[in-house]
Amino acid sequence: MRGTNAVLGATGLAVFLALGEAVPRLGLVKEAYFPPVARIAGALGDELSDDTFWTALGDTLTGWALGLAVAVSAGIVIGVLVSVVPYLREATASTIEFLRPIPSVALIPLAVLLYGSELRSVLLLVVYASFWQVLVQVLYGIQDLDPVADETARSYGLGGWARVRYVLWPTALPYVMTGVRLAAAVALILTVTAELVIGAPGLGARIAIAQNSQAVPEMYALIVVTGLLGLVINVGARTVERRALAWHQSVRGEVTV
Amino acid sequence: MGALLDVSGLNKVYEGSGRRVEAVRDLTFTVESGELVCLVGPSGCGKTTLLKCVGGLLAPTAGQVTLSGRPVSGPPPGMAFVFQEYGRSLFPWMRVGDNVELPLKQKGLSKSRRGELVDDALRSVGLADAAGAYPWQLSGGMQQRVAIARALAYEPEILLMDEPFAAVDAQTRADLEDLVRGLWRERGITILFVTHDIDEAVYLGERVLVLSGSPTVVRERLRIDLPAERDQLHTRVAPRFAELRTHVYEQIQAAKRGTPAPEPSDRIVDVEDRPVDKS
Ligand SMILES: Nc1ncnc2c1ncn2[C@@H]1O[C@H](COP(=O)(O)OP(=O)(O)OP(=O)(O)O)[C@@H](O)[C@H]1O
Ligand SMILES: [Mg+2]
Repeated sequence: MRGTNAVLGATGLAVFLALGEAVPRLGLVKEAYFPPVARIAGALGDELSDDTFWTALGDTLTGWALGLAVAVSAGIVIGVLVSVVPYLREATASTIEFLRPIPSVALIPLAVLLYGSELRSVLLLVVYASFWQVLVQVLYGIQDLDPVADETARSYGLGGWARVRYVLWPTALPYVMTGVRLAAAVALILTVTAELVIGAPGLGARIAIAQNSQAVPEMYALIVVTGLLGLVINVGARTVERRALAWHQSVRGEVTV
Repeated sequence: MGALLDVSGLNKVYEGSGRRVEAVRDLTFTVESGELVCLVGPSGCGKTTLLKCVGGLLAPTAGQVTLSGRPVSGPPPGMAFVFQEYGRSLFPWMRVGDNVELPLKQKGLSKSRRGELVDDALRSVGLADAAGAYPWQLSGGMQQRVAIARALAYEPEILLMDEPFAAVDAQTRADLEDLVRGLWRERGITILFVTHDIDEAVYLGERVLVLSGSPTVVRERLRIDLPAERDQLHTRVAPRFAELRTHVYEQIQAAKRGTPAPEPSDRIVDVEDRPVDKS
């Protein structure tokens, strides 16, 4: 079954690439806006041998990783505190519901005012967008705590910290992992958006430059790179998730003991 | 003084969301050190509530629980609890060995001592080679044995068991009953065992406390004068066993109908001291 799926997937991709090559060549769309696949691939090759491309990739990854790290740490710490301290959850619920839906891109003007086109601008947007993904999952995860498990821990004299560490955290971990995976994807989107709009150095800024200088195949090549980046991040996050949750029912069947 | 566990005038009222439920009205009983006492009562009569109050997991509305002379206000160190929902009481993210070890870490025992206790406890429930498995890889009966091993390794003064075998099949249940009685005789621990199953209560207990329907009081206390050596085959067909279980059955039926408890004079069982009502 898996084998068949892989073959189908590869065939689909091949057809897609073939169409991408044929349609512009046949003149169905303007070649100036939709260059054929071969030219995009050529431009990608040029990019890969260009040092400034790698610097831009490094900048983008730095913004992404730093922003994600800050968002995940803050989301976990604040999520646990809000859930554990009595009444804090009720007190913060409406504020969270108000702040959460604000699109991060609406903060672009604020970010520019505060930090100009520095990395800090990018971080502000990335952290704001990914923080909520993590926080909300942590809150749900902790709510999922089984009262029997908690009473068991209490009956054996486990104190507050031990219960957080041995019971609460493992209970919430599947949710936290989902939150991190979603946050990782959102963080990439926001990093590229910020670079594109604000002009902070990175792949986004490079896409903007390519567009301004009419280097259409290069622009497509860079877009492909961001897509591949998203793919790698998602696959990576899923792998980490599987490893960390070997005991969980969503993964369980595959464990060998 | 003297009794290991002393429950007096225990009352628990649940209040909240506009509903007021008096689950336990007025319970008074004691458990001596080394005893195996069964509490039996109809479903919903407040057995779990009572046990949680005894275990310091719930604060009673009135009355007092004392363990070795010290009032219980939170889970006391010398007490272990075996829950009815064994599947949820074991942590699925920890292997069996770690589940058993966790409370010992909390006690601050050395690593080698913990290892000894875990091995010994798992061996005595017949699961010596399951330490590396996850709880969800085991059958229901095995899981409940892990929960019992965790309690044993903790070396409690008193073991509280809340309908621990209600969710396993009859054969497993019989095995687990023998396991508990065997452990009790070997190790001399004190056990307070809650069940709604009359046969189980009579088979296991040295004493049986019959609870009334909700709101709950102790309806009767009986001493089970069956021989200490019991086995599923012979004990359960002994005439004395039949008499005792019939008696408890009648009491429970009467409790469900709400008839007041009969005078204890000429019963076939010897009824212990009743609190207050006669002088
Ligand atoms: N958290 C709670 N809040 C309100 N009422 C409760 C709560 N827990 C139990 N009760 C009520 O207290 C009474 C006794 O419940 P309890 O669970 O102690 O009975 P039980 O004897 O253990 O029942 P079972 O044999 O079914 O396990 C019931 O009427 C129940 O509705
Ligand atoms: Mg119960």
